[in-house]
Amino acid sequence: MGPSAAPVGELNGRVGGRQPDRVLTTVPVAAGSAAGVPAVEITGLRKTYGGLVAVDDVSLTVNQGEIFGILGPNGAGKTTTVECAIGLRVPDSGTIRLLGLDPQADRDQVHEIVGVQLQSSAMPARLRVGEILDLYRSFYREPADVAELTGALGLAGKLNDYYKSLSGGQRQRLSVALALIGRPKIAVLDEMTTGLDPQARRDAWGLIEHMRDRGVTVLLVTHFMDEAERLCDRVALFDTGRIVALDTPASLAARARGGKVVRFRPSGEFDDHVLTELREVTRVERGGQRVIVTGTGELVNAVLFALAAAGVSAFDVQLDSSNLEDAFVKLTGTHLNEEGTLT
Amino acid sequence: MSALSLALPTRAGRGAFGKVVLNEARLTSRQPIAPIAGIAIPVVLLVIFGELPVFHRTAPDFGGLDPFDAYMPILVVFSLAMLALLGLSVPLASYRELGVLRRLSTTPVPPSWLLAAQGLVQICQALAATAIVMVAGIVAFGAPVPKSLDGFAIALVLSIAGLIPIGLTIAAVARTANAASVIGRIAFFPMMFFAGLWLPRALMPPVLLDISNYTPLGAAVQAMQASMLQGFPPVAPLLVLGGYAVAFGYLAKRFFRWE
Repeated sequence: MGPSAAPVGELNGRVGGRQPDRVLTTVPVAAGSAAGVPAVEITGLRKTYGGLVAVDDVSLTVNQGEIFGILGPNGAGKTTTVECAIGLRVPDSGTIRLLGLDPQADRDQVHEIVGVQLQSSAMPARLRVGEILDLYRSFYREPADVAELTGALGLAGKLNDYYKSLSGGQRQRLSVALALIGRPKIAVLDEMTTGLDPQARRDAWGLIEHMRDRGVTVLLVTHFMDEAERLCDRVALFDTGRIVALDTPASLAARARGGKVVRFRPSGEFDDHVLTELREVTRVERGGQRVIVTGTGELVNAVLFALAAAGVSAFDVQLDSSNLEDAFVKLTGTHLNEEGTLT
Repeated sequence: MSALSLALPTRAGRGAFGKVVLNEARLTSRQPIAPIAGIAIPVVLLVIFGELPVFHRTAPDFGGLDPFDAYMPILVVFSLAMLALLGLSVPLASYRELGVLRRLSTTPVPPSWLLAAQGLVQICQALAATAIVMVAGIVAFGAPVPKSLDGFAIALVLSIAGLIPIGLTIAAVARTANAASVIGRIAFFPMMFFAGLWLPRALMPPVLLDISNYTPLGAAVQAMQASMLQGFPPVAPLLVLGGYAVAFGYLAKRFFRWE
């Protein structure tokens, strides 16, 4: 076990001393003596299937309490990376530590602290929701409260329903419930909102934020840009088995374009100097009746204020902010559609 | 990950194995194909055979046996084979197909518990089926009490021990529940032929009888029949059953995949 021996010992002590509070997830990480150890640390991960390289030289560190997004098209190596991280697959090379634990060597401890929601994993058709939850609950020493969990996931009225009678979205939420029922310190959610309707997606986002507030580290695999932008503290963009960028969604977006763009129709004539002398403005263009201003910072306020001072009103003001999607296109040269396939 | 192991993790919640077994029993009772095929069919056949006068006329070409008595062990192994080859293999293959085994391997409970629980449920059904057939045959239709109860018990245990690994091997090689069901049925009929379902062993020509002696169900019928009518069974069929247990135990362990 070598270098990971000390954190393991600390972790054991912490698990043993966990308060028997009936919260959804777990105690705040700050209370743990393992604070400072990264929740997930992957170094030089490589995994091939036959001759096909699925993941090549992937390294990333996820801090405790972070929502970390793994973003990319299908076949980019997202799921393989996550499956190696949770010990389902053995990497060809590279090291993985989860709160200092090796997912292969320390398998039993890892399974106690990591909750996993897998892509395309079903349950026997003739088990009831309540029976499935009760079964998985029995696997853990200090499981979550079923009523609270099913309430938060909108499954409270479904406990007596057979699995086969659930909709796709309900099955997905049950799968998330099973990932959280052991009150994990790290939750790994693979495409958790795929197949959910918009309301259920927003509910699921709320649940993830709620988990983070309780100190749970979330590793979120997704191909939805808006989801990653809304939830993730940091994002790793995957493309063909490699990480092409790793940063906050805002930084990645800012990297994608020179900044923000404001378009408007002025009420009258004005000199471009009114705007170009502003600190926020980098460029002013005219296209027909419209003016297009490129810049940074509080661009809209600065432009409108300067125009007002010059006695000009702006109509039909539009603000274009570059987003994660722009960053992805810029970094990979490809678009993602709803299904995660490239266009 | 490829090997069957029943190492019990110390950290799993108490009573988890009991819950796993309870759930397997629930699932079996909610889709009772295997118990119907493995328990009801032999019992119905037992009643039909017991009511037919021809089955109680001792014929010289039946090796001096009452045909009904000859069929008792055949019906017992019918039940054991149905439960092991189909009752055990189909759900396990479906759990792999659904991703249940994979999901379980991310929890503190190893997926091998599901195999153990499913095996336990099938063994309980096999013992119940054997008890029903034997008690009904003896009480209702005048079959003799086995001369060697110990011998019968040993023959029964070794038969189960020989058949369960065959069911596990089917679950190991079948990619889907449907495939397991097809393989199980394809294996079932020739095995039942050599058990004597259509041509009792007493009437088999020497070549067929020799082959039968080395098949799992032929050996099982031979051992049970001997314990019922003569006394402690000969060693040969017991060794054959033990051999199947070891050989298929190895194959199941070698080829079982969790995903």
